[in-house]
Parts: sequence; C-alpha cells; structure tokens
Amino acid sequence: MSITITNLNKQFGTYKALNDINLEVRSGELLALLGPSGCGKTSLLRIIGGLDVADAGKLLFNGEDVEQRNARERNVGFVFQHYALFRHMTVFENVAFGLRVKPKKERHNEAEIKRRVHELLDLVQLDWLADRYPSQLSGGQRQRIALARALAVEPKILLLDEPFGALDAKVRKELRRWLRRLHDELHITSIFVTHDQEEALEVADRVVVMNKGNIEQIGTPDEVYATPATPFVYQFIGNVNLFHSRDYASWTEQHGDAVAYVRPHDIDISRTPQDSTALQVEVKLVRAIGSVVRVEVAADGSSEFIEIELSRERFDATTLANGDKVFIRPRQFRVFQTGGQHELSAA
Amino acid sequence: MSFNDQSILSRKISTHESRSVTLLLIAVALGYLLLFLALPLFSVFYEAFSKGWRLYLDAIREPDALSAIKLTLITACISVPANLVFGIAAAWSIAKFEFRGKSLLITLIDLPFAVSPVVSGLVYVLLFGANGWIGPWLQAHDIKLIFAVPGIVLATIFVTFPFIARELIPLMQAQGKEEEEAAISLGASGWQTFFRVTLPNIKWGLLYGVILCNARAMGEFGAVSVVSGHIRGLTNTMPLHVEILYNEYNFVAAFSVASLLALLALVTLGIKSLVELQAKRSGEPLHHGA
Repeated sequence: MSITITNLNKQFGTYKALNDINLEVRSGELLALLGPSGCGKTSLLRIIGGLDVADAGKLLFNGEDVEQRNARERNVGFVFQHYALFRHMTVFENVAFGLRVKPKKERHNEAEIKRRVHELLDLVQLDWLADRYPSQLSGGQRQRIALARALAVEPKILLLDEPFGALDAKVRKELRRWLRRLHDELHITSIFVTHDQEEALEVADRVVVMNKGNIEQIGTPDEVYATPATPFVYQFIGNVNLFHSRDYASWTEQHGDAVAYVRPHDIDISRTPQDSTALQVEVKLVRAIGSVVRVEVAADGSSEFIEIELSRERFDATTLANGDKVFIRPRQFRVFQTGGQHELSAA
Repeated sequence: MSFNDQSILSRKISTHESRSVTLLLIAVALGYLLLFLALPLFSVFYEAFSKGWRLYLDAIREPDALSAIKLTLITACISVPANLVFGIAAAWSIAKFEFRGKSLLITLIDLPFAVSPVVSGLVYVLLFGANGWIGPWLQAHDIKLIFAVPGIVLATIFVTFPFIARELIPLMQAQGKEEEEAAISLGASGWQTFFRVTLPNIKWGLLYGVILCNARAMGEFGAVSVVSGHIRGLTNTMPLHVEILYNEYNFVAAFSVASLLALLALVTLGIKSLVELQAKRSGEPLHHGA
C-alpha cells in the first residue's frame, strides 16, 4: 500500500516538530526515516500510524484519505522502541491479542488462532518461547515477538520506531539483516525510524534524512551518502572535513564565502605536491582501525585537524610517521555557501 | 604474646556497633511498639472479654449495635466502589493524558489528606444542612442528606477518595501508555484495551488501594461524626457507636464493638501483606503513592 503525505505540519506548544512535510512512500518498499533525536521522525511515524494527529496536511493510503480513521481502523502494524509487549500475557497470548480482539463475526475460531500464532512464531523463529512471559526474554527476542504480534493482524503497512535502539551492537546487526530478509519475503510497505546512519544505509531501500522538522534529502542509501543534498546530510551521514574559504582559499576561492565538504576517504596523500593546489600538512596521528588506517593531519600553523582515511594497501605504500611533512589534495569535494543550503559546485 | 592478643580483640570494625548498643536499640524499638501499638490492641480484646463471652455477644447482638454494623457495611459498600471508579478514572487521565489543570487535579486529589476530617464534615453541613447553601432546596424537595445515611456516605467518599487514586497514579505513570497504544493499533476497542491490558497491569496496586480505602471507610470517625447527628439505630456507624457506649460508661459493650473494628484492622493488615507478597511474586512493582 502506498502512502502519500502532503504539507504535513505538527506543532507541540511553540516547538515545530514537523514543518511542511511532503513524502511519497512506494508500495512494498522499506523506507528509513533517519535523523538526530528531536528531528520529528518519530512524530511523523506516529501520525502515519494514527497514534498522533497532524495539525495540518493530508495523509493518503493508496490515494485514500485516512485522516478520519483512528489507529484501530488503519490496519497498520506498529512496533515500539521498547517493545510494549503485554507484560501479564505469555508470548502466545501477546501474538494472539490482535486476533482475539477482532469483532465477533470476523474472529477466527480457537484452532485457527492457534495455527496462525504458531505460524508467526515460526516466522520469527521463536516458537519454542510460546509459554514464556516477556520478562523472561532477551531484548532481541522481545523485539521479534513484538514484530510477530504486529504482523498477526496482517497489516498493510508496518511502522517500526527505533526497532533496534535498545539492543546491543551484535544483536542489532543480526536483527537488521533478519528484518531485511523478512521484508523481502513479505513485501509489506514498511517505514522504520532510526538515528543510526549505518542501520538506515544497510537496511532501507530508500532513506529520508530529517532535521529539525524538515526533510533534508530523500534518496537511495547510495545517493544520500555519495551526493548529499545539504551540508547537514554531509555531516550526519559519514565523516566529513570542512575547508572554509578563509583558510583554504585555493579550493574555494572562486565562490567567495564558502565551505568545501570533503569525505576523509576522498583525500589523496603524497610526499610530493600533486599540483599547485596541494596543501602542505604535518602528520599528527596515525591509527590503524580494522581494515582502514586513519591519519590526522594539520596545516602549518593551524590547530584544526583534517581526518583522512586510507585503505591498508595505500597506507603501506607511503608509510607515514608522526611529524612527517606531506601534501594533501581532495579528489572529490562539494562547496556550499556559508550559512545557506545553497550548493555551489561539485568537483 | 598475651598483650598482642588483647590488642587484636579490642580492635573493632567501625561499622559494627557493640552488642550492648544493638540490644538497646532493638529493645527501645520493641518497647515502643508494645507500649503504643500492641498493648492498646490487647487491652481492647481484654476489656471486651473481661465479663465473659455472653456479655460480649450480647453487646454485639444488641439492635443498635447491629444497625451500626449494618450502616458501616453499607457505607463501605457504596464508598469503596465509588472511589474505585473515580480513582481509576482520575489516575487514568492524569497518567495517560496531557491537559490543562492537571497539577490542579493532582492537588485536589490530595485535599482530603490535607484537610482535617472534621472540617470535611463541616463543609458538608455548610453545603447541605438546613441553613446551608443547597439545604433549603433539598428540604423543599424532601431530600435528606445531613443527619442521614446519604450524608454519611458522601463524607466517607470524600475522606477516602485519595487512597485508590494515589496508589494508581505513580504506578500508571511508570507504566506509560505504550502498551495501550499497542493494543489500539492491534485493533482493540477502548473497553477491550482497558479490561485486557490496563486493568491486569494495575491489579495489585488497585487491590492494595481498595484495602486501604476500605479500612479507612469503615473506621472513619471525624467527618462522619459531624454529618451523622448520632441518631441511635439510624445514623450511627461503628466508630460512633463505640464512642456513645463509652461515654455512657458501658465499657464492655464499647470494647466489644471496638474489638470488631480492631479485628477488621488485623484482617486488613493480613490481606495487605498477602497482596504485597503476591505482587512481589508476580514481579510487578507496587508503588506506594500516599
């Protein structure tokens, strides 16, 4: 089911949580709402799910206005950050809940409910926990039960609020892949909220980057990483070095007061100047982290560190040491005018 | 060598009190409890049975006593369910919704704890009494509140209002509203959500509040005393009946009826401990609001 959002606004007191949001979610896709805390992503999710009401704007499911439909009637599965499992019910009863509260004439008989609950528990690979209570489960298990519970009512849309936020790093990674596979099997239109860029880039078909109630960019994971639309996206997704025209005129001089954004892995390092625009710097710190080597350098007389990432092969070739004088030159960068969102050039 | 041993023995661990201090502290605490709690309780039963079983039973079976017991039970049977409904409604709205005047509502709920019960009773007399604001209107329509059972029930409801609400508010606030939201998004109606999700989550706290509320409803003296008018066999509750008997120097009868109230207190304490134990076993927190 597709979702169309037009000119959506939401205000909490004097705080603007959502500012004129326009978004089109395609049927069957897995979309990530990515942004720092307080950017409005959870508000947007709750409004789609019918748990909050927008102040203004339109919300359509498959072209049909759903504003008048409350959360009960929207046929949306919601998975909460802290799972919100019913603590006094067993895992089985939690998953069966949505089936048991159906109006009498739609309700399945006990045998059918039992069959479907076990089918769902099989799907999340936790059938053996059917008789346990939520307090007896690990975080990852609870999250999967919460998902099974949401899927029980066969929702047309699945909404997940920071689904892996409360889990430790290893479980997060596993569940991430598992969610992706599950989505590929079920093809339910799904939106998940996250503040973790790695998570969004790895799992989602498309990523919506949000900041302060605005959408900064909508694109595939590759697009938002490789061609960020705004300085915010540049800084929020991945690491970036900023070169202000005041200090690094040779790269930005033609644009007046501007800032060049350069990814750490887009900087070349060399013992001899690459060309006339190369900058001489001193190596301050060399650190090998897994498959990459991180080098921090500073221009002469500057206290600002520039971060450079090299693959291990490249590093072995140059063998840098602290205090070495080297030359750097960005292979690829983008210039934005200071203060504004306006993009000036891409090299 | 012997000198060395002694120095080791006399060295003390600074956080441990000496045996005599420990014993003294325990003795003081126990003595205090015995003197001010256990001894009066014992004396109630002792006095009640001082002239034997027959007099004890006679005192309880006497028509005025029976009517006092009946009135006390009626009062509790009305005020406890009423406060159960009001308490859940108030706690629900405070814990799960944001609205203007929320802090005012919380303050109002605490009012009966802050005001002396006698003052609460007087307020009712002032409002509904013959010379009160609404009194003449009530009289014109032949409705009797003051010096009648409805007044006693109203005063009791007022005095016991905070017990259940106060017990539930922190509990429901701690539980948040995510489970209710989950239930609704799964297609449950408001009532289904309440009976299947909210109520099971608060059941132990609720039961605890009901027990406290009931104990107070049966034992309330001040507010009820003002509005009842002390009409024997008609508007006397058990605590009022005890006072009248005592003032008439009818000690055996007074203590006999009092022993019933004391027994109720003991039973209440017993149930309360049982509920706490059960709640602990089920792993659900039991918050003590008031």
